[in-house]
Amino acid sequence: MTETTLNGEYDDWIDQIEAGEGYYVECEEGHGWLPPRRVCPDCGSRELSDESLPASGEIATHTTITVATPQFEDDAPYVTAIAEFGPVSITGLVRGVDPEDVSMGDAVGIEVGERETTGERAVVFRPR
Amino acid sequence: MTDPRIAGAGVTQFGKHPERTGRDLFADAGLEALDQSGVDPDDVDALYYGNFMGELAEHQGHQGPLMAEAIGIDAPATRLEAACASAGAAVREAVKTLRNGESDVVVVGGAERMTNIGTAAATDALAIAADDLYEIRAGMTFPGAYALMARAYFEEFGGSHEDLAHVAVKNHEHALVNDHAQIQKAITVEDAMEAPTIAAPLGLYDSCPITDGAAAAVLTTEAYAEDHGLDAPVAISGTGQGGDNLALQDRPHLARTPAADKAAQEAYADAGIEAGDVDVAEVHDCFTIAEVLAIESLGLFEPGEGIHAATEGTTTRDGEMPVNLSGGLKAKGHPVGATGVAQLATIAWVLDGTHPRADAVPDGTVGVAHNAGGTVASTTVHVMEVKE
Repeated sequence: MTETTLNGEYDDWIDQIEAGEGYYVECEEGHGWLPPRRVCPDCGSRELSDESLPASGEIATHTTITVATPQFEDDAPYVTAIAEFGPVSITGLVRGVDPEDVSMGDAVGIEVGERETTGERAVVFRPR
Repeated sequence: MTDPRIAGAGVTQFGKHPERTGRDLFADAGLEALDQSGVDPDDVDALYYGNFMGELAEHQGHQGPLMAEAIGIDAPATRLEAACASAGAAVREAVKTLRNGESDVVVVGGAERMTNIGTAAATDALAIAADDLYEIRAGMTFPGAYALMARAYFEEFGGSHEDLAHVAVKNHEHALVNDHAQIQKAITVEDAMEAPTIAAPLGLYDSCPITDGAAAAVLTTEAYAEDHGLDAPVAISGTGQGGDNLALQDRPHLARTPAADKAAQEAYADAGIEAGDVDVAEVHDCFTIAEVLAIESLGLFEPGEGIHAATEGTTTRDGEMPVNLSGGLKAKGHPVGATGVAQLATIAWVLDGTHPRADAVPDGTVGVAHNAGGTVASTTVHVMEVKE
């Protein structure tokens, strides 16, 4: 898929991250997800609301990828990580730090950057 | 409820066959399975066929009827897609239809053509088994996803890349006598540790190769096998399937595979066995860490202990609990849509004594096959037992 195809709520979500107004979807039980969601896959609740994403997340796991897909060929080597932002976890590229220095538990902020290979937008984490 | 019998199985040589079409690969495996079974092809009631990336690799969808035709059977044919667990899902459908009396004879199988599009395009194609919006756009690859799980595992339970190297060494050694295997080459722990990194901490020898190949099996009801005097001593006595959130980020923990826990529990209960009854296992080691997670989910090792199994020799062919006697996906190869049935064939051959590594479990009567899709968002587990 290329970014010329619109992906509704996902594109809106990226726009909001880019604007510094990131959000996630939360059910009444406090389970967090990324849009679009109409039902909480965990508890089945359909009472979902948009909540502000915490400014700081924590790296839960990470990898430095050296063999990439064609869409990330020129980006490699790069770090992909899963970071926990309160009740929701997000996958993103870690930038602004030497790959060797990325550690579990590192505090990161979230923003939108460009893939070096294609110029398309991507979720980026930076140390904070 | 009777347990379906495995009347025959066929597996192509797994490897690089970029010029061979999917239909040609499947015909190879399917006809071998039919010939070995002694079943009249006119008696086949259905084909359940696994394939993952046929549209991307061959520009070919709707492969069910194509593959039925390729093996000369005139029966309803359905393709199942559950990423790398596609063929496991096909086996499960076959077991259900044989048990509920709708069919007497079913062919299950799968095929994948991958090397014709090259490594980069194949890596790209495999990635569609993950969440395109939230994982792939963040640079995740499949080796990358398993690297994220490996690091989370080390953090939670300990263990190291060296322990994973022992898994690779073991599976390479097991494959040395398997003529179906893509890689028949012994390696050392040092080789694995010094290999180029793909996605840290995983290196080249932590990853299965990209493979062309096919596998098929003929399954019948117990009554059909008896009535036709088939030599089919191995039965599928338990089936289970579990699911999980597609994206890793949406799971509560990254160092376990609950979809496989659920599949194993269901399959064991169905077969009336416990983990302690299992003599031999074929598990989905697309990456070395995946074997560790699999043997823990199967209950063969406690969480946190699977990482030491290969290092300590417990899962080697002379160990107490041999795992992946075929060489696993790691050395045998992983033609994605065929893998689940290739595992089934291996267990059947080990239990009936015809597999070249059958001497590892000369008195074995119970085997399990664990087939996982994506980052284990889909898993099937099948229990096989010698019934005579």
